[in-house]
Amino acid sequence: MIHLNQVEKRFQHPDGGWFSAVQPTSLSIRAGEIFGLIGFSGAGKSTLLRLINLLERPDAGAVLVDGQDLTALTSRQLRDARQNIGMVFQQFNLMANRTVAENIAFPLEVAGWSKHDIRVRVAECLDVVHLSDRAEHYPAQLSGGQKQRVGIARALASRPKVILADEPTSALDPRTTQSILDCLSEINQRFGVTVVIVTHEMGVIRSICHRAALLDKGEVVEIMDIANGQVDARSALAVSLLEAA
Amino acid sequence: MDAVSLNEAWVNLLSLAPEIGQAGLETLIMLSIGLFSALVLGGPLGILLYLSQPGQMFANRTLCGVLGWFVNLVRSFPFIILLVTLGPLTRVLIGSTIGPVAASVSLSFAAIPYFARLVEQSLREIPRGVIEAAEAMGASPLRIIVSVLLNEARSGLISALTILTISFLSYSSVAGVVGGGGIGDLAIRYGYYRFQTEVMVAMVLLLVVIVQVIQFAGNRLAARLDKR
Ligand SMILES: Nc1ncnc2c1ncn2[C@@H]1O[C@H](COP(=O)(O)OP(=O)(O)OP(=O)(O)O)[C@@H](O)[C@H]1O
Ligand SMILES: [Mg+2]
Repeated sequence: MIHLNQVEKRFQHPDGGWFSAVQPTSLSIRAGEIFGLIGFSGAGKSTLLRLINLLERPDAGAVLVDGQDLTALTSRQLRDARQNIGMVFQQFNLMANRTVAENIAFPLEVAGWSKHDIRVRVAECLDVVHLSDRAEHYPAQLSGGQKQRVGIARALASRPKVILADEPTSALDPRTTQSILDCLSEINQRFGVTVVIVTHEMGVIRSICHRAALLDKGEVVEIMDIANGQVDARSALAVSLLEAA
Repeated sequence: MDAVSLNEAWVNLLSLAPEIGQAGLETLIMLSIGLFSALVLGGPLGILLYLSQPGQMFANRTLCGVLGWFVNLVRSFPFIILLVTLGPLTRVLIGSTIGPVAASVSLSFAAIPYFARLVEQSLREIPRGVIEAAEAMGASPLRIIVSVLLNEARSGLISALTILTISFLSYSSVAGVVGGGGIGDLAIRYGYYRFQTEVMVAMVLLLVVIVQVIQFAGNRLAARLDKR
């Protein structure tokens, strides 16, 4: 579903020097799996995730999502392709002056849906995240966990094949974290959406991922399989992360 | 003041009622044209000023520098100087330098960069992540400007417009003195040059009431639109 082919991302320091946030990296994520990206702060997880929908444009390499090379698209085509990729953020990033229902409607307005279809779809998505009773609330009136469920419903609205989630639970307490992870897991199973989730917690990986890549200094150190909550890790770094968790 | 002169003051004010009405109309004309230009030209300029900054949608160092420099340049002119130096331009545009419409040219000139800055400041309040979320959903630049930037900043934009209106009510009285007319001009002509203090007092009171009403309405509207 997602193929990163020798992608590289470099940033310029204020002093003029360059450094690679993501070293030339290749990664394949299968359709229908929940794939984790784990590593310490600054390892390049967010940058790698943002390369998938081209929020960061790679300096080299190709990004293939659903068979389409995003780096080769015009900006208009890229906007269409992005409607097929939902995104969930650590800080939720909801529009404060729009109600819950209007926030979820936004990607559908972008995609040019009719008013009637939008109303029906928003109701469905609210139901999936169990927030039907909050449709007319504003984000400021919601708890963190509820805000994130709105974020997930919004990411789900345009029926994307892929959802990218950057530390979706890092602003939440442990119990809320579990409910959000369950929510993502349920969406993955019910709708077959491929989920890529960034985290710095092994617990998150154990809890919902099928596979995960361990990143360090902009490189993939290891790709781990997860079965029945057991992480199959070999590298010293992965083992130490597992022991710390 | 004794009863007789107080009575005379009232009679005088009443006899000036047509002039006062005319002055109010002139002030309204100057303010409307100035604010209209500010909205139509200063608004987009402010949006562009914001979007051309580093890290924003149309980040462009040159454009950002040039726009910022231009805005600062116009804003650094004392208004009275702007008024006098724009005389020739006003004559070309309007055909005259007298009257409220002519005064509106320099008012607009000052209002455009002023409002542009206020708009830019209001837009800065929006978290970057909210804009990024819209980009990630494939929203076009125009949709992001209208549905995200303007809608999320709407309460700040109303406050900015309130500030602009009140400042330019006062600017318009300065413009009036250079031939534009209006409430401030009336206060100077009768109250100052003809020693009719009651006219000055009445006009200032009128302005005080107008400012209070504008500020109250602006605050109410801004609060109602703010869902943060
Ligand atoms: N826009 C940018 N400009 C300059 N440097 C950046 C930019 N974005 C990221 N970086 C740098 O790239 C490196 C990787 O950043 P990234 O955000 O991908 O890390 P991360 O693994 O997500 O870390 P965290 O767990 O703290 O979120 C960091 O050193 C960061 O400072
Ligand atoms: Mg990160």
